[in-house]
Amino acid sequence: MFMRNLFFSLAVFVAYPVLAVENSPKLGKSAPQTLQKNWNLDIFPDGTGLPAGSGTAAQGKKVYQQYCLSCHGVDGTGDSADELAGAKHGLTDTVPDKTIGTYWPYATTIFDFTRRAMPLNAPGVLNNDQLYAVTAYLLYLNHLVKETEVINASTLPKVKMPNRDGFINSYQPKK
Amino acid sequence: MSKHNEMQAVAGGGLLDRRLFLKKGLSFSALALSADVLAAELDAPRPEWAQKPGTPFSNYGHPSRYEQKTIRWTMGNAMAAGNGVSWTPLQDLEGMITPSGLHFERHHNGVPQIDPAQHKLLIHGLVNQSLVFTMEDLQRYPMTSVLCFIECGGNSNAGWQTQPIQTQVGYFHGMASCSEWTGIPLRLLLNEAQIKGRAKWLIAEGADASLMNVSLPLDKALDDCILALYQNGERIRPENGYPLRLIVPGWEGVVNVKWLRRLHLTNQPTMARNETSKYTELMPSGKARQFTFVMEAKSLITQPSFGHKLKQPGLYQISGLAWSGRGKIAKVEVSADGGKTWAEAQLQEPVLSKCFTRFRIPWQWNGQQAILKSRAIDETGYVQPERDVLVKSQGQHGYFHYNAIVSWEVASNGSISHVYA
Ligand code: HEC
Repeated sequence: MFMRNLFFSLAVFVAYPVLAVENSPKLGKSAPQTLQKNWNLDIFPDGTGLPAGSGTAAQGKKVYQQYCLSCHGVDGTGDSADELAGAKHGLTDTVPDKTIGTYWPYATTIFDFTRRAMPLNAPGVLNNDQLYAVTAYLLYLNHLVKETEVINASTLPKVKMPNRDGFINSYQPKK
Repeated sequence: MSKHNEMQAVAGGGLLDRRLFLKKGLSFSALALSADVLAAELDAPRPEWAQKPGTPFSNYGHPSRYEQKTIRWTMGNAMAAGNGVSWTPLQDLEGMITPSGLHFERHHNGVPQIDPAQHKLLIHGLVNQSLVFTMEDLQRYPMTSVLCFIECGGNSNAGWQTQPIQTQVGYFHGMASCSEWTGIPLRLLLNEAQIKGRAKWLIAEGADASLMNVSLPLDKALDDCILALYQNGERIRPENGYPLRLIVPGWEGVVNVKWLRRLHLTNQPTMARNETSKYTELMPSGKARQFTFVMEAKSLITQPSFGHKLKQPGLYQISGLAWSGRGKIAKVEVSADGGKTWAEAQLQEPVLSKCFTRFRIPWQWNGQQAILKSRAIDETGYVQPERDVLVKSQGQHGYFHYNAIVSWEVASNGSISHVYA
């Protein structure tokens, strides 16, 4: 009996997904600018969202050694956590090597992800200059920038990623 | 129909008519045997637990102490215990609902212990009115339930390995679970914020230590997604996203963002790490498929499966799960002869869209080597592929979205192993 009722109400939901829900209590409050500014960490491939600040691979090496090496290994070759650089194989080899250099399509993703989530044991600890520097260092380890190249909001989106065109958008919206 | 006909095989290897168990007057030969053995103990007028009052009430129930082996297997990172996965023990469960405490987990940096009084949901970006909601606000909205599976895009990835993995079905395919999720249709809150015409994507973000984020196409968000506050009738547990989880029915687990705190409407995806570096499938050509959200049809036999042992020849019930991210399961076929012949299994009601569907079929095991397989067909006509077909089209390095037919070999001594057949 229980299942029958359950099934019935679900069938109704599936058939009429709108229900009477368009009548809502409308309790959302206007979001303060500071909340939007503080919470919006999204960075896009064109550089939208990147903050002020800058760094070089030379500076980033120190950041890496202090905050990243313990899990990602010497020169980013991987340890308890993912390999980030030093690929020995390409993407069509029998055992492909997916690193930032061989696989990642956008350099901006390194900054976005590191700012959100790394170092895993102390997320949020790095300031923007340190974030740019360690991003530059990871790019340098993958032979994508020079050691002294300044990485900032305008140069980072321009870094040419080898696998930039390696992805096929497979999403097909429902007709 | 006479009893003789009912016991006649409908496919090779001893598969019987799926309606067999629904008929009266049939008894398991194996069951009859074990009843004799148990009889002596049950003969006593009062078993031990009937000779004194039972234990008192409890504020929150727990499984029987005799069921302690039914647990999630967990695998955390050596340097970061909160990074890893836990699996649902599918081999020990029946029916279609996964108990909340056994729902699989994938955490990037542990389970945040969120105070709901301090948690907020922000909706901003390409909307006319950026809005913020408290959890108390959300409680007042009209709610609805969706019964659906959530499956990690990386579930079953051991299937890509050259040798068949020898482990219980839960530790191979258990990054899939099924719950009743109750909450607010997402469309309702997005409409309240008034979406701008240019918006095409929605970036969802959690409040965990990784501030996990992914991009979701807006058309799906407006279709059947909900903001869930409840799982299986109670508030969602911390490890499943308390106090708020985005439920995206039929789509890979990673987009079902837990601990949801922010929805950013945009005209482009953010290209987050979890939609570029991970959750993309590298193909033999060297190109990778991206935004492969839908979990295609899959099925597997959970009883009997690896680790179970058939004690003697006789009548058994094969039982398993099937699901599809595209809709309802239309049919499940089972083979007991390695795929030479197939018989249709019984689907247990209710059969719901994007939801675990339990299938069953009776099987007369003759004590000889047999290979059991199941294949799901969904309402769009999609047929779950054989492993060699899947590997041929996708290569072996896609890692995500493995949904090939699973084969269990029953040896003549009744033990069961995983094979590629
Ligand atoms: C305590 C261990 C630890 C430390 C320290 C650490 N990481 Fe990580 N890192 C991880 C783990 C574990 C993952 C995988 C995360 C997941 O599963 O979501 C990861 C993932 C990554 C990734 C994504 C890899 C990929 O292929 O998708 C990047 C990039 C990264 N870390 C950069 C850094 C940087 C930069 C630092 C230093 C600022 C750092 N990490 C420090 C453990 C660590």
